[in-house]
Amino acid sequence: MHCASCAATISKVLRRTPGVASADVNYATEKAQIKFDPAQITLDKISQIISNLGYSTNSNDKDRQTNDLFIKFIVSAVFAVFVLWGTFIGHLNFYIQMILASVVQFWAAWDFYRTTWASLRHRAANMDTLIVLGTTVAYIYSAAVTFGKVSGMPYFDTSMTIIALIILGKWLEARAKGKTSEAIKKLIQLQPKTARVIRDGQEVDLAISEVQIGDQIRLRPGEKVPVDGKVISGETSIDESMVTGESIPVYKHTGDLVIGGTLNTSGAILLSATKVGSATMLAQIIRLVEQAQASRAPIQKLVDVISSYFVPAVLMIAVATFAGWYVMVGFLPAMLSAIAVLIIACPCALGLATPTALVVGTGLAAQKGILIKDAENLEIAYKVSHVVFDKTGTLTEGKPVVTDIVPSNQVTNNDLLALAASLDVNSEHPLAAAIVAAATKTALKLLPVTGFKNLAGRGVEGTISQIKYTLGTPSLFSNVPADVARLEKQGKTVVVLAAVEKILGVIAIADTLRPTAAEAVSQLHSQKIGTSLITGDNPTTAAAIASQVGIDRYFAQVIPADKEKSIRKLQSEGKIVAMVGDGVNDAPALSAANIGIAMATGTDVAIEAAGITLVNKDLRSIPLALKLSRFTLRTIKTNLFWAFIYNVVLIPAAAIGLLNPILAAAAMAFSSVSVVGNSLLLKRVRFT
Amino acid sequence: MSIDKWIVLIGSTGLIGLIYWFFLGKKEKPSEISTDIKITVSGGYSPDSLTVPVGKPVKLTLTRTDPSDCLEEFVIPDLKIKKTLALNTPVTFTITITKPGRYGFHCGMNMYHGQIIAN
Repeated sequence: MHCASCAATISKVLRRTPGVASADVNYATEKAQIKFDPAQITLDKISQIISNLGYSTNSNDKDRQTNDLFIKFIVSAVFAVFVLWGTFIGHLNFYIQMILASVVQFWAAWDFYRTTWASLRHRAANMDTLIVLGTTVAYIYSAAVTFGKVSGMPYFDTSMTIIALIILGKWLEARAKGKTSEAIKKLIQLQPKTARVIRDGQEVDLAISEVQIGDQIRLRPGEKVPVDGKVISGETSIDESMVTGESIPVYKHTGDLVIGGTLNTSGAILLSATKVGSATMLAQIIRLVEQAQASRAPIQKLVDVISSYFVPAVLMIAVATFAGWYVMVGFLPAMLSAIAVLIIACPCALGLATPTALVVGTGLAAQKGILIKDAENLEIAYKVSHVVFDKTGTLTEGKPVVTDIVPSNQVTNNDLLALAASLDVNSEHPLAAAIVAAATKTALKLLPVTGFKNLAGRGVEGTISQIKYTLGTPSLFSNVPADVARLEKQGKTVVVLAAVEKILGVIAIADTLRPTAAEAVSQLHSQKIGTSLITGDNPTTAAAIASQVGIDRYFAQVIPADKEKSIRKLQSEGKIVAMVGDGVNDAPALSAANIGIAMATGTDVAIEAAGITLVNKDLRSIPLALKLSRFTLRTIKTNLFWAFIYNVVLIPAAAIGLLNPILAAAAMAFSSVSVVGNSLLLKRVRFT
Repeated sequence: MSIDKWIVLIGSTGLIGLIYWFFLGKKEKPSEISTDIKITVSGGYSPDSLTVPVGKPVKLTLTRTDPSDCLEEFVIPDLKIKKTLALNTPVTFTITITKPGRYGFHCGMNMYHGQIIAN
């Protein structure tokens, strides 16, 4: 706003807006007080009206506070330098020094007093208490010198420089802290505000909160997908990188799921809303990341205990320092040493060490499609020495297809497939679905089956045209053709069809390996992490698949209920195990492992049994997640180490008189900033 | 040793005792069970001990009136809740605690503390 009439214009326009009861814009404070009915108008709409008038709105007090800190630093620094000059060179009058010092002490540092007073009322204390005590002692002593009550020189320069440096430290810290949470802010900003919904045959722009499940939404190229949905018509490529970390745009056509917050790059599509509000994938991701960032790291337990005693302990040390110096030397060194103790102590560095690294680490992971549940799981991921991959749906695409049909002399390819599909149509096994799909694709006619029987995960049997057929794993039969071994060595799952006792042929089924599987395994090995495959397939097939992707070990013929036992076996060998699965069928195994890593299916990312959830299907996210966890925890440990060492070394140094209070203030001001800065360095690590 | 040194020694010892009593000798204040709690955040939390029923949603409203950035974040780690408290702006959210026990809360830098007692 340039003048008072700007404020009047905004007030007038807002008052005329339906839903606004009153509006009062203050030019001097740049604040608006608006009473409005949320049912009729939203805050966003009001902001938009103000923007349309050519003004911008900013509800963020934080920026203003940061700016205030900077102004206070500049004033304090200029005054402090002037007084320093006056003390050593210019012989500045003590009274003038005191006037300048009073401005710094009671204006620039006023917030420290406010907080100290409020804290003392709660019988609590923080860093501000220490600063207030340290600088006030120096100020009062200097005032006494100024008024001639005590002989000597005033120490206004000390109190002013300390305040200037501490405010500078706080300003730098505020700016750096803002950067730590950039990732989550970016995710929140991804949430679209409106959607173009088709209602009564008309396209209308609705606020996102008004979109309902089943609404049809029109999406044009260059627009953000407003909510989670399913494509009804059209085809396009969608850039999902901002949510899943998947770098290449994903082709979408009818029936495919799209994720709210992602970007439609090429075609126009019509979609049906499947999830809205807090149920969308983006909302779930934001919630999970926020929860992870609020969690407590086990490594922090000691810090929690120290923090509770820190400030009172420093106060006691300062008193003891004063007494010791007074008895041995005299008042002045006693006062300066006690002030140095109060000023050098930095509880903030300890308090910031873990949360800042956790916020940067989990935020960074989320940007790459990796959701770490909490700090505890981050610590476990740091220690993982072995990764177990479930085969179907994890290492493979989870869509098995028939690859080979090898009939005996008595039947044709189609006869074999038709008979097998007729039996399997009654089964719910994923491999059965592949056989039925192959028969359907070839347009084969299925035959009626009587006496159908499921052979407990090994196969099926039934009667077709009065002949009893058995279809199942080769182990069901005493004498199988040589083709079985040949196909199994290729990593395929083989089923055999027999009429009574006579083998009619074999069908091989394979699931396509994910293209990133081999690279992911190789990256894990280069991190010195062992790998295993766990599958229901027989040992030959399991060995073939393991060798195709370079996995060290395999557990074959493991039924889902026994996967847990394989995990425990690895743990009994002293390994810290991560189990990678789809989170649905593998929940017990994921829970049994030291940490469960789940590949999210659809748009549901809240997987209870998983410590880490991968939003994308890129298996390289696994080594990346483990690496990121290691770097984050290493940063936490470095932060804690330096924060501890800083206090453990420098507090005694100040107590024995090795630190001038001004030097103490400089060290203190930069200790918190260095912790936050070290956490921010995580962003610079190259993870690929 | 001169008299002033004795005075400083005795006074300092007393002051250390006073600091210990003042900051570390606080007694827990029992609070009434409630499902709608308003907390003022200024130099700490008022009240700093909350008693809530198990299994029922409890509405918490925090208003920070203290400019100290220490108090800008409010964290209940065991419930995985972290809220940013803008100055002088009430922040309301609901928690439901399913297990009885004590749940600590603190500021972002872990210097101010409080607890929720779920009965």
